[in-house]
Amino acid sequence: MSITLVSGSYILAGLCFILALAGLSKHETAKRGNLFGMIGMALALIFAILGTVLQLTDSDLPVSTGGPSWAILAIVLALLIGAVIGVFMALRVEMTGMPQLIALLHSFVGLTAVLVGWNAYLEVPADVATGLHNGELFIGIFIGAVTFTGSIIAYLKLSEKLKSAPLSLPHHNLINLGAVVVVIALAVWFVIDPQLWLLVTMTVISLALGLHLVASIGGGDMPVVISMLNSYSGWAAAAAGFTLGNDLLIITGALVGSSGAYLSFIMCKAMNRSFISVIAGGFGSDGAVSGEEKDYGEYHETTAPKVAELLKNAGSVVITPGYGMAVAQAQNAVADLTAKLRQQGVEVRFGIHPVAGRLPGHMNVLLAEAKVPYDIVLEMDEINDDFANTDVVLVIGANDTVNPAAMDDPSSPIAGMPVLEVWNANTVVVFKRSMNTGYAGVQNPLFFKDNTVMLFGDAKERVQDIIKDL
Amino acid sequence: MRIGIPMESAPAETRVAATPKTVAQLVKLGYEVMVEEGAGAKAAYPDSEYLAAGADIVGRAVAWSADVVCKINPPIEAEIDAMGEGATLISLIDAPRAASLLQALADKGLTVLAMDSVPRISRAQSMDVISSMANIGGYRAVVEAAHEFGSFFTGQVTAAGKVPPARVFVSGAGVAGLAAIGTAHSLGAVVHATDIRPEVAEQVESMGADFVAVNVAEQQQSSDGYAKEASADYAAAAEKMYADQAKVSDIIITTALIPGKPAPRLITEQMVASMKPGSVIVDMAAAAGGNVAGSVPDQVVTTSNGVKILGYTDLPARLPTQASQLYGTNVVNLMKLVTPAKDGDMVLDMNDVVQRSMTVVSEGTITWPPPPVQVSKAGPTNQPAVVAGPDAEPKKRNPMVNAIALGICAVLLMALFWVSPTGLLSHFMVFALAVVIGYYVIGNVNHALHTPLMSVTNAISGIIIVGALAGLSSASPSVIIAILSIVGILLASINIFGGFTVTQRMLAMFRKA
Repeated sequence: MSITLVSGSYILAGLCFILALAGLSKHETAKRGNLFGMIGMALALIFAILGTVLQLTDSDLPVSTGGPSWAILAIVLALLIGAVIGVFMALRVEMTGMPQLIALLHSFVGLTAVLVGWNAYLEVPADVATGLHNGELFIGIFIGAVTFTGSIIAYLKLSEKLKSAPLSLPHHNLINLGAVVVVIALAVWFVIDPQLWLLVTMTVISLALGLHLVASIGGGDMPVVISMLNSYSGWAAAAAGFTLGNDLLIITGALVGSSGAYLSFIMCKAMNRSFISVIAGGFGSDGAVSGEEKDYGEYHETTAPKVAELLKNAGSVVITPGYGMAVAQAQNAVADLTAKLRQQGVEVRFGIHPVAGRLPGHMNVLLAEAKVPYDIVLEMDEINDDFANTDVVLVIGANDTVNPAAMDDPSSPIAGMPVLEVWNANTVVVFKRSMNTGYAGVQNPLFFKDNTVMLFGDAKERVQDIIKDL
Repeated sequence: MRIGIPMESAPAETRVAATPKTVAQLVKLGYEVMVEEGAGAKAAYPDSEYLAAGADIVGRAVAWSADVVCKINPPIEAEIDAMGEGATLISLIDAPRAASLLQALADKGLTVLAMDSVPRISRAQSMDVISSMANIGGYRAVVEAAHEFGSFFTGQVTAAGKVPPARVFVSGAGVAGLAAIGTAHSLGAVVHATDIRPEVAEQVESMGADFVAVNVAEQQQSSDGYAKEASADYAAAAEKMYADQAKVSDIIITTALIPGKPAPRLITEQMVASMKPGSVIVDMAAAAGGNVAGSVPDQVVTTSNGVKILGYTDLPARLPTQASQLYGTNVVNLMKLVTPAKDGDMVLDMNDVVQRSMTVVSEGTITWPPPPVQVSKAGPTNQPAVVAGPDAEPKKRNPMVNAIALGICAVLLMALFWVSPTGLLSHFMVFALAVVIGYYVIGNVNHALHTPLMSVTNAISGIIIVGALAGLSSASPSVIIAILSIVGILLASINIFGGFTVTQRMLAMFRKA
């Protein structure tokens, strides 16, 4: 089989990937998009494996690699084991655990990029390698290593195996900056004189940088971190593509890289913060939280039967979920409540803040899992004007994304962040475990408004109580 | 405290000052509400619903003896007599024209809050009865016009021929005018509107009408010395505009009112005479003297050329259910303001501009007119929340800095390309194009699909498996390379299969209602 056939298949695969991403832009075409992705991947895989196999059988390999048949067996085995693990994880994962899974998958891409980079170094004799080749693989390993450890930390934080609070070492920005400067210095040295120890040192520094970078970012900024890591994993693949001179890797890497960057941009805009400020560490690190105790007045507590009564008499209800819904696993109960209210002729809609949850679009996936129709799940901009005509708003596990202080308290750390203007509705019911502050550590004046009532306790249990009373 | 809701005594009045919904809200504020038997009957609110909402149904005398009496129209003498010593009355008063009424109320030692004296500041909008009633009036004006008009509002092409749309002209783009524009537009008519304030053109257009400006180009050219002439010019230009509109319009709705003065005459007899037979004019200012020559309050006048002039003054009362609900809500908002503790005790705070302006009689002393509203004098809570945050104004970066940064990037890239071998350049080309495509493709992605998007990009970034495979067929193979490659293949295939499967799973869950 000729090389042109393999390259041709790569072009087709690249087109398929573009169509896959384009298809995902709408619900109607999303499944077709995923199918395109699979077709592209299958094409690329089949021809890449065939190409490798043919090359192996053509060449007379030394005994050290075990000969061509061993190599083929190893490829098939590795693929099969990977496939089984992958499908198993994908089928077993809870939708609330989606952020962890995505983070874990990112780490695999990062690690593979590191391995590919190392291979590229090892397989080309030092006297043949050009400075360009060395520079490319150096960048590839750097990005891959940062992605790898960064994703692992994100995974651990999201699955609560690690505290989600930001780690704040003294001068953490200086540490990051120092690491980058050292890596750049090493890169220059490596291009001129490719010594093995330089590569080892750089890999270790990069791994440590990834660890530190994500460890110092708090749980609430995770949507940005995840999409940032998504972007990095793409750039790592693109760098590997440059090293190997493989256009398919470059195309795919660039697609993924720019998609991740765009998502990060959307998330940052939704929090009214700059990308740099998110990456540089969580809230509070620069003393932004105004410590003064303000008198917000009293809050009003309510009970599940009273909320049920309220909902029965309502004409339109908007539910604004947040991360708390995912934590309490309340999405199914919320879906039941929605179905029940809709049956009784109440208009129920959902208002989703762009950074609700720990992953871009996290809430949408949870609600879809619980069989909430997607056309009643609206974005912040679509629903914000409608709150004034809404009878009841149920705030389930959201806090900072519904905080009026973002709009009318310029001294608030979240000032200027676009929020769901739930307080314009007739009555707001806030489901909350206690009166603790949200992720940003900011008190929420919403809880003390006259038209707000608080329903304390586990969100799932409370919603079930309400369903009983309907 | 007890709030009394008496039945309105004016014979044509259909509204009531509280509905079951607003009664429930008043009860929640801690008040005891007493509704006169049958008070809401004309507005389709039966006594049973008031009872269910937590009110007591009482006789006329009991309702009037309450601590606070809420009603709509100004009270008549007998009603004032029925009120208790030191009680509070909440109703429309029309204070500028009601000197004797104010005196009578003061003599009785009452406190009176006039719903029509709400200052026009944004905080008080939720109590602004004038606005809420004007909104209903504007809607009803169109409905009345449609009722009298002999044709469709909307244009149609039917088997029986083509029907042109009606042409509606609305004069005055206040609340009533805008409501009329919106209603006429949604019935399908072609709507034009004008207002003496050219700045409202945007609002008019937002409701679906074309703004007709008074053509006063001459005025702008003439300098200060010609002020008087210019105003005469303006009047002439306005008259010409009205005359032009009258000739082509099927429906004219006038809403022009000047506070405390007779309504301006906009449509002259000649204009009415120039209209097509069957045309309809609704003069919403008929009670204040009328904008239209020949309009008679509360009557339909048909001119000799077959134009009907409607002078109804009770337009809001023709929608009693809705009007009562809005009025009642305005009252509830006022009660919220004067019941800070929510314990059913009314506390008037004369330092609050809104309460001060509305209080026309305070414990037997006439306190009208109120001092002019000065926003600066108001307490901290009175300031409208328009304080701009530090980030409200987007930080504008110096365009020069941007341009220089771009320039440096371009130079660096060119330098890189210059030293690169040709093979690399073509890879750069592919890379750059893919980045741009990625940006545009992702930019269209529906927010709800971001998670599936991430998992699918995750899956396709497993394409790095191709790099791992390349390691196996390398020119200088070794055991380490082989092992690293195999591990790479394994990891990447987890990504590929796991990513696509989980995406598939998620997408299968999304479904339409």
